[in-house]
Amino acid sequence: MPGMYRDALKLLSAHMRQQVSRMLQRCIGCTAAKLPRPLAPGQPETSIAEQKPVVQEVRLVRIAMDFKLHKLELGPDTLVALTALEAALYLRQLLAIRRLEAASAQLYKERLVRGFCHLSTGQEACAVGLCAALRKEDNLVAGYRIHGLAYLMGATAVGVLSELAGKSTGCAQGKGGSMHMYAPNFYGGNGIVGAQVSLGAGIALANKYRETGGVCFALYGDGAANQGQIFECFNMAQLWKLPMVFVCENNNYGMGTSAWRASSNTDYYTRGDFLPGVWVDGQDVLAVRSAARFAIQYAQQRGPLIMELCTYRYAGHSMSDPGTSYRSREEVQLVRQRQDPISRFRKVCLDISILSEQQLRIIDQNVHDEMEKAIQAARHDAELPLSHLGSDVYSHSCTEDKLRGVFGHNLEHSKAVCVKN
Amino acid sequence: MLRSKLSQVACATQRAFSMSPKSLAAKQMTVRDGLNSALDDELARDDRVFLLGEEVAQYDGAYKVSRGLWKKYGDKRIIDTPITEMGFAGIAVGAAMAGLRPICEFMTFNFSMQAIDHVINSAAKTFYMSAGAVNVPIVFRGPNGASAGVAAQHSQCFAAWYAHCPGLKVVSPYDTEDARGLLKSAIRDPDPVVVLENELMYGVAFPVDEKVTDADFLVPIGKAKIMRPGKDITIVAHSKAVETALLSAAELAKKGIEAEIINLRSIRPLDMQTIFNSVRKTHHLITVENGWPQHGVGAEICARFMEDQAFFELDAPVWRCCGVDVPMPYAKTLELNALPREPDVTAAALKVLGGKK
Repeated sequence: MPGMYRDALKLLSAHMRQQVSRMLQRCIGCTAAKLPRPLAPGQPETSIAEQKPVVQEVRLVRIAMDFKLHKLELGPDTLVALTALEAALYLRQLLAIRRLEAASAQLYKERLVRGFCHLSTGQEACAVGLCAALRKEDNLVAGYRIHGLAYLMGATAVGVLSELAGKSTGCAQGKGGSMHMYAPNFYGGNGIVGAQVSLGAGIALANKYRETGGVCFALYGDGAANQGQIFECFNMAQLWKLPMVFVCENNNYGMGTSAWRASSNTDYYTRGDFLPGVWVDGQDVLAVRSAARFAIQYAQQRGPLIMELCTYRYAGHSMSDPGTSYRSREEVQLVRQRQDPISRFRKVCLDISILSEQQLRIIDQNVHDEMEKAIQAARHDAELPLSHLGSDVYSHSCTEDKLRGVFGHNLEHSKAVCVKN
Repeated sequence: MLRSKLSQVACATQRAFSMSPKSLAAKQMTVRDGLNSALDDELARDDRVFLLGEEVAQYDGAYKVSRGLWKKYGDKRIIDTPITEMGFAGIAVGAAMAGLRPICEFMTFNFSMQAIDHVINSAAKTFYMSAGAVNVPIVFRGPNGASAGVAAQHSQCFAAWYAHCPGLKVVSPYDTEDARGLLKSAIRDPDPVVVLENELMYGVAFPVDEKVTDADFLVPIGKAKIMRPGKDITIVAHSKAVETALLSAAELAKKGIEAEIINLRSIRPLDMQTIFNSVRKTHHLITVENGWPQHGVGAEICARFMEDQAFFELDAPVWRCCGVDVPMPYAKTLELNALPREPDVTAAALKVLGGKK
C-alpha cells in the first residue's frame, strides 16, 4: 500500500506542478509571487509577496461522497492528492468568487448593474474544481451564471465587475454585460438557455479537426437539461466521438421550477441514454476536480460523457427573485450550514493541516482587498465613448462606411483592425 | 417549360449586353456547377473550410450542389449530419468561434427556422457582444425562396428576415457568376454570411468567361450589378426576380422604353449608391422580389429613398412588385399568380412612367 501511494505521488506531482503553475498564471492581477503561501511554523507573517515557494507538502484526501456512474465501469479517483499550494489556490478562488458575487449584488443594489445579474453563490466549487482540471488546450463554454467562470478563465475582477457596470474596463468593454464575458479558451456565457451546449459541441469538433488534443466542457443547468438541442448534441457528439464533456450543474431549480417539477428523470447524469455519465458532489471542489480530470481523459480517448454536478444556489435565480416562493428559507439555511463548498474545503484544509488558520485569514484579506479595488474601478470607470456604438458590428470588409443611426445613415462604423480568425 | 423559356430570354439578354466579343464564345455553366466549383476551390484553398449539413456527403447533396466533394475531400471535410438543424447549426457556429470556417448547408432555408436562434443570437451578435474578441466566420447556405409545387412550408423567401439583423451579411445570387463569386467571397469573409440560393436556378446555365472560372474570382459582398443599362426607368431585383425584370426590360424595349436593371446581389449591406446613381439618370424606380411585401427588400429600398436627397430625383412614386401577401398555394395556377411575373412588372413600369413614353 505505501508503495502504491508513492507511485501515485510521483505521477501526480509532475502533473500537479504543471496544473498549479498554469492556475497561477491564470489568476490575472495576482501573479504567482503574490499568491498566499503556507507559512512554516513560527515564521513571521510578513508580506506575502516576500515569501519564496517552498517544497510542497502533499496530502491524500478521500472524496467525501462517492461518485455515481452510468454506463461506466470505472469512475474518477476517490483518493486525490492535494498540495499546500493547490489548497491555498482553490481556497482563494472559492473565496474570490463568493466575494465577486457579493460585490455584484452590491453594485446591483447601487443600481450600477442594469438588467440581468445571476449569482452563483453556493456553486463555487463547481467552477473552481472544473477550472483546476483544465489544461491549456481545453476550453469552456457556459450559460448565464458565469461571473466566477470568467474570473477563473482569465478575466480580472475589474474585468468582471466593470462589465456588469457597463464600463469600458469591462472584459467585453461593457458591450456584453452579465451573461457575455469571454476570455482565452472561454467562449462565453450565453443568454439563450441550452444554446451554449451546441456551441460547445462545435468547439469540440474544432479541437478534433485541428488535432489540438483539447477537450471542451459545455456547462448547462438542470433547467436547460430539458432543451431539445442538448439531446441533438448528445447524439452528434457520440456519433462523431467529439472530445467534449456535457456538464450539468444541477442546482435543483431552473428559475423557480424545481428539478422534480421540470424533469421526468432528475438523474441528469443518465439523461444521455447511450452516453456514459458520472454524478459528482458539486459542493466538493476536490470531487469536481477529480471527476473533471477523469472526464478529460475519457473524452480524449473514448468520446463524450456527461458530468452532473449536484450543487445549490443560495441566491434567487436573478436579482429580482428573492428565491423564497418556491423553496423554504430553512432549506437554504440547511445547505449553507451543512454543504457550503467553502466551509467544507476550509475544514478539509484544516483537518489535514495543510493550511493554518493564519494562512486562511491572509487569503481572505487578500481576496477582500482585490475585490474592494475592483468595486471602486467598476463604480468610477467610464463607459465606452459614443463613437463605439457602431464598432464591432462587422469585423471588416463591409462596404457600408456608415451604419444607420436613429435617423439617417450617419453612424460611424468603426472597423476592427484585425480579427483572430 | 416556363423556366426554360425564361432562362433562354435571360441568357439572351445577358449576351446582348455583353461588351466583350470573347464572352460571346464563353462556355456555359449552371448555377449548381458554379456553386459546386466555388466550394471545391475554397475547400482546396483553406483546410479550415469544411461543409456540413443533411445529405451533403454520401448522397452528394439533396440538390447535388456538393456533388463529388465527399469523394474528393472525405469524411473530415464533408460531414453528413442527422436531421437536427438547431444542433448542427450550433455546432457549426461553435466551430467557427474556435477558428474553423464552416459552411453550414440547410437543405432549404425553410428549415433554417429550426436553427434561426444560432444564426442570429449565436452567429450575428457574438462579435459585438464580445467587443471584437470572438468573430464567427461561417457561411449558412442553401436554396431559398419559392420552389415549384411544394406548397407553403417549402416556399418562402428569407431575404428580409436575415437582412433585418445587424452582424449578418446576406447575399442573394441570381446567375452562375453571382453564385460562384459571392459564395467564394462569403467563405473567405470573417463575418457570418447567409447565402440565399434559388432552387429553380440551380439547373439554369449561363455563359461564363475565363475570369469567372478563375480560382481567385470573387464577387464583392455589398455591391450591386447593373445587368442592363437604360435611361428611362430603374428596376431593382434580386435572385430569380432578376430574370423577371430582364424579361420585362425586353418587353418594355419593344415599346421604346429603356429600363436599367439592377441585380442587388447583396441584400445586406445594401448597395444603395448604385440605385441612387441609376435613379439620378432614370428618375423612376420599381422593385421586384419574390418575397412578401410587408417590411421586405422593396420596402427598405423605398424607405431609403424617402430619407435621401435622391428622393428629389424621383418623378413618380416608387412601386413594389412582390410575392402576393398569402402563404404559397399548391395549385399550379394559384401558385403562378402568387409571384410577380413579367406582365406584372411591365404593367408596374408603365404605370410609374404614367404614359410619358
